Amino acid sequence: MRINWFQLETSMATPERPLSPHLQVYRWQITMTLSILHRATGVVLAIGAFGVAWWLLAVSASNARYAQFADLAASLPGKIVLAGFSYCLMYHLLNGLRHLLWDSGRGFETKQYYATGWAVVVLSFVLTAGIWLFALNSGVAA
Amino acid sequence: MSAPGKSMRDPLAQARGLGSAKDGVHHWWMQRLTAIALALLSPWFVWLLVSLLGADQSDVRAAIANPRCALPLLAFVLALFWHAKLGLQVVIEDYVHTRWMEIALQVAVTFACALGALASVFAIMRIVFTV
Repeated sequence: MRINWFQLETSMATPERPLSPHLQVYRWQITMTLSILHRATGVVLAIGAFGVAWWLLAVSASNARYAQFADLAASLPGKIVLAGFSYCLMYHLLNGLRHLLWDSGRGFETKQYYATGWAVVVLSFVLTAGIWLFALNSGVAA
Repeated sequence: MSAPGKSMRDPLAQARGLGSAKDGVHHWWMQRLTAIALALLSPWFVWLLVSLLGADQSDVRAAIANPRCALPLLAFVLALFWHAKLGLQVVIEDYVHTRWMEIALQVAVTFACALGALASVFAIMRIVFTV
């Protein structure tokens, strides 16, 4: 049988097919959440970097300016923001170590992906809680 | 320029001078280098902040003015803003597809991170070199 290539091509081109992978068709896996969280926490920490600059400028400026900064940081909204930054730092740090492990060519087995991923989740909360328990119990935290 | 006929690139692409700028590996490598620096320095920075809780300005100044603190702090802020710039750059490249907006954001991020790094270095210098 002789194939009409022109007709075949046009009939194949007509239906509107999906163009790219669609996130909603994938079953949820922890790895995808951890991946996007690495970016999200990275963006948050980039904002936090300016907080570090602000802190250093306040220290260098004057006693009054530093007291103003310290009062703001010790207030409830200040503590909430700092808690957020500290969690993002712990998460990004731990998951960053996971990335460096992959860069060395290790940790690519499915089981290892899951084990290191859950370790990051658990440790990020444990470390953040540890820092805050220590900071709040050191007594000087206003 | 390679000898005619030896290049794997399309002659038109060669004539236009477009294509890889060959700095992808450099970006990747600097992101990892600054990541390793920050993996070492950020736990120290957290410890520094916690140890300075409740301290007044003169105590904080005295702590930072010590070279054992000022030097790692300088390294930390430089690695921090550099790493932030490299990371934000990739996020913008991946998600912002309107060309003028992408370029405007890249310029803004570069300038903001440079300013943040310079301001931090300036503040540390002021703490170290003034009484």
